[in-house]
Amino acid sequence: MGLRTFIESWPVYRQLTGDDPLGRGSASYSRTTKTLVPRTVTAEKVVKSICPYCAVGCGQNVYVQDGQVTQVEGDPDSPVSRGRLCPKGAATKQLVTGSGRQTRVLYRRPHGTDWEELDLDTAMDVIADRVLESRRAGWQDEVDGARTNRTLGFAHLGGATLDNEENYLIKKLFTAMGAVQIENQARI
Amino acid sequence: MPGLGTSFGRGGATTYQQDLQNSDCIVIEGSNMAECHPVGFQWVMEAKARGATVIHVDPRYTRTSALADIHVPLRAGTDIAFLGGIINHVLQNEAYFREYLVTYTNAPDVLREDYQDTEDLDGVFSGLDREGRSYTPSSWQYEGAQVQAASGQRDQQYSERLSRHSRGETTGSGGPVGGEPKPQRDETLQHPRCVFQVLTRHYARYTPEMVEQVCGIPRDLFLRVCQELEENSGRDRTSEFVYAVGWTQHTVGVQYIRAAAVLQLLLGNVGRPGGGIMALRGHASIQGSTDIPTLFNLLPGYLPMPYAHADEDLDAFVEGERADKGYWTEMRAYTVSLLKAWYGPAATPENDFCFGHLPRLTGSHSNYETIHAQLDGVCKGYFLMGENPVVGNANATLQRLGMANLDWLVVRDFSLVESATWWKESPEIESGELRTEDIGTEVFFLPAAAHTEKDGSFTNTQRMLQWHHQAVEPPGDARSDLWFLFHLGRIVREKLAGSLNPRDRAVLDLTWDYPTKGALAEPEAEAVLAEINGFDGEGRPLASYEQLEDDGSTACGCWIYCGVYADGVNQADRRKPAEEQDWIANEWGWAWPANRRILYNRASADPDGKPWSERKALVWWDDESASWTGHDIPDFDRHVSPWHRPPEDATGAEALSGVDPFVMQSDGKGWLFVPAGLTDGPLPTHYEPQDSPFDNLLYGQQRNPVRQLMPPREHNRYHPSGSAPGADVFPFALTTYRLTEHHTAGGMSRWVPYLSELQPEMFCEVSPELARLRGLEHMGWATVVTARGAIEARVLVTDRMTPMTVQGRTLHQVGLPYHWGGNGLVRGDAANELTHQSLDPNVHIMETKALSCDIRPGRRPRGAARNELVREYRVRAGITEKTGTEI
Repeated sequence: MGLRTFIESWPVYRQLTGDDPLGRGSASYSRTTKTLVPRTVTAEKVVKSICPYCAVGCGQNVYVQDGQVTQVEGDPDSPVSRGRLCPKGAATKQLVTGSGRQTRVLYRRPHGTDWEELDLDTAMDVIADRVLESRRAGWQDEVDGARTNRTLGFAHLGGATLDNEENYLIKKLFTAMGAVQIENQARI
Repeated sequence: MPGLGTSFGRGGATTYQQDLQNSDCIVIEGSNMAECHPVGFQWVMEAKARGATVIHVDPRYTRTSALADIHVPLRAGTDIAFLGGIINHVLQNEAYFREYLVTYTNAPDVLREDYQDTEDLDGVFSGLDREGRSYTPSSWQYEGAQVQAASGQRDQQYSERLSRHSRGETTGSGGPVGGEPKPQRDETLQHPRCVFQVLTRHYARYTPEMVEQVCGIPRDLFLRVCQELEENSGRDRTSEFVYAVGWTQHTVGVQYIRAAAVLQLLLGNVGRPGGGIMALRGHASIQGSTDIPTLFNLLPGYLPMPYAHADEDLDAFVEGERADKGYWTEMRAYTVSLLKAWYGPAATPENDFCFGHLPRLTGSHSNYETIHAQLDGVCKGYFLMGENPVVGNANATLQRLGMANLDWLVVRDFSLVESATWWKESPEIESGELRTEDIGTEVFFLPAAAHTEKDGSFTNTQRMLQWHHQAVEPPGDARSDLWFLFHLGRIVREKLAGSLNPRDRAVLDLTWDYPTKGALAEPEAEAVLAEINGFDGEGRPLASYEQLEDDGSTACGCWIYCGVYADGVNQADRRKPAEEQDWIANEWGWAWPANRRILYNRASADPDGKPWSERKALVWWDDESASWTGHDIPDFDRHVSPWHRPPEDATGAEALSGVDPFVMQSDGKGWLFVPAGLTDGPLPTHYEPQDSPFDNLLYGQQRNPVRQLMPPREHNRYHPSGSAPGADVFPFALTTYRLTEHHTAGGMSRWVPYLSELQPEMFCEVSPELARLRGLEHMGWATVVTARGAIEARVLVTDRMTPMTVQGRTLHQVGLPYHWGGNGLVRGDAANELTHQSLDPNVHIMETKALSCDIRPGRRPRGAARNELVREYRVRAGITEKTGTEI
């Protein structure tokens, strides 16, 4: 590197001589900065999505690289949101990739003082046993002489953050099992 | 939902967010839209830029107020008095839209002679059973006719309807039963018993002076709101109401929304651009979870869950519940198609399409009853999927004590929310009321997949389904709820295989063969959507609910969603860019019903089918093509002309005339007065909240007489109100709310670092005057106390909270966000430690937007001393299990 090139590479020189006197733009660029490319440009794919927080229903573009979500942006195509996201929607990447998420099944045995690990398949099988047992224990063929064909042995709560397809299976399965205490956030 | 449903016919927002831009006056009340739905709020700002007046009515001054032209502070819990005042003003000044009113609403309908109003009975309606704390609504009907509600408590007339139509007539016929006697209509609106005159008398006492005394709103400010609404409604102009849970979370919540519906019908603002009522919902698919209900009292598409009447079969069910006019007449087709979707080939005409498989209700089984069933040892198992009730639901203590009495609990969530860990850490563990070692509840925590890790659709606040695609695989053991339900169902069915127990038939007969994909065996969400949409006998996707049959030849999982998979195409995944469409944008996503964006839009045209004005044109009758046409898809039979009058004996959709825009209503009209479908009265009436610092100035009746009180428990005591002894122990009004940076009970925000940093701590908002009165310091600590609990919060002293003059005395209000709990990156006491379980009787929603409380400086006591403080307050206020339970 010649002396002239060296001097001209100084940010302060560029700030004084170039078109960025406040040093907040091109004058502050290092060689590394110049080579940076937004994750949104390098992403392998952009997946169309919808914000999971409130019911405005803002469009989201989910950027994916190497099987990981690398960025979530507002979808400018959406007629509802026109590309905007609020602070929650803009934090979606942290919601889905952050360390706040639990990724393992946890189990607390009756009277236990701490969590234990449990394998998912075992958990599913035990839960199926538990729900069948509570269904049996709380079963009511009749109430006051009228046929009820139901169980009060188990209940469900939640659904407003889930997909329609998921709510559909909740209602379909639990109703078939005789449960009537099926509820979600619509009442809060 | 019944607020909108009984008034207009469908329990959903009548319009959509983008249409706010076409409004001339927007009243936001019961919502802090700028902070809670910021991106939707851009459409309010578009309207404002075009010259619209924006009015915010709220106890607090928020960013919504800051961006509004007018902020109207009101005492929490008095919205019906305020809206009733506007209704009265509109009536007294004849500012209503007469032609709209006479033709499209039930204003001219004549009521029965035995109807008695709150005017006659000092605040209650005829039919009140004081012992049973309920109304018999028969006297609210029209003279000489009986109508069925499109929503709400449709079961209430069950036995009467059955006695009118004998079973012999209905069994096996399935079709609509003969013509109903038509109600008498007086289009001069002069008949003393017509709805219009009853309405006028009912609201006569809601004067500006009364509004000032009850709500604390100065008269000139109130009159300005009346003037804005009246000047911005009519042929050329439209006004719109926007609400959220600030209206629903009351013991008279449904009637809040009804009051807005009455006003909008009077002003002729429903079904028109820039008009209607926009319901803002707080969860991504809360509209969807009501449409495809994870709710005890509904089946998909607002079909009611059957009640346990003796020997009830499909015919009796349909006959007892359906309407005789309008699209609800086809209820049998919707029900049979649902049963075919669930039970497939097992559902046959011979076995009543497996209608007997459905469990029956005997009363309310809302979540609040479920908590008490847990406390009573009846309900022993509990699934929580994406809900954190110990933070988000009223009376956190009872929520936890209920769970401590379970055999097992399954929590599916992203993080270890408080509802998963209460057995280790909770106020009851801290106080010694519960001991971890003594709690027998077995707890399973199953991590949930995020929306980026699964396919599926959300239904947003404007009834629009939008598809989200899976971007990546879920980490570790995380799975979608679709996966959980499908595989749980698969395992349960395997365990029950071969069972001869009759109760297991319903499980074994289910259609449960969804295709799966990938290493995780994830069910195909689109296959579930296809079932929801429905198909014909050959498996071809249906395009419209009008194709549904009642003979078992069609299957459809949710009739109002029929069409979302028309032509085998996922219509919820349509994403034509906004810029390539007109302002309706009906090629983005898919809205129910039938992709219509503004409901009841027949009312955007005059009785002759012409737009009321060029400026407000939406759909109109086109003579040339002899059909309805326009910008939106007509919410009306395209080929029924404005001049069509059905023959006297017509039923069903054929009974709708060319001037019946409310096609789901059993008389085709918008209901100012609700003759059927609501449990607490045909007209909105102001009652004080369950816990109120004031007496009801309007009537001798203090509270909603049929509000739902839960069985008495020590942890759910109510306050004395108004002039009752001890009420001064809780002298301040309390309201709860959300912040921009947090989401409901915090499960999706308190574990997110950005959001936690932006809103790091529980706080309370108080006025400088209240701070002086109680010695509270800005940024210091305060303890807020009710008869249920005591919490601490940082103090935010701000003139956003204004003391108001109510009934001649100064009232201070305390504002509390409710997002925090004991876990997560940022922690704090939950506001729901303070709230009680006293509910709206129609929808079983608790009253968390208007309570009374005390506030004192300093942090709350720790451990058992906290309970002692609450007990001391209860003693001082003289609270017993009877307090506040008077009818």
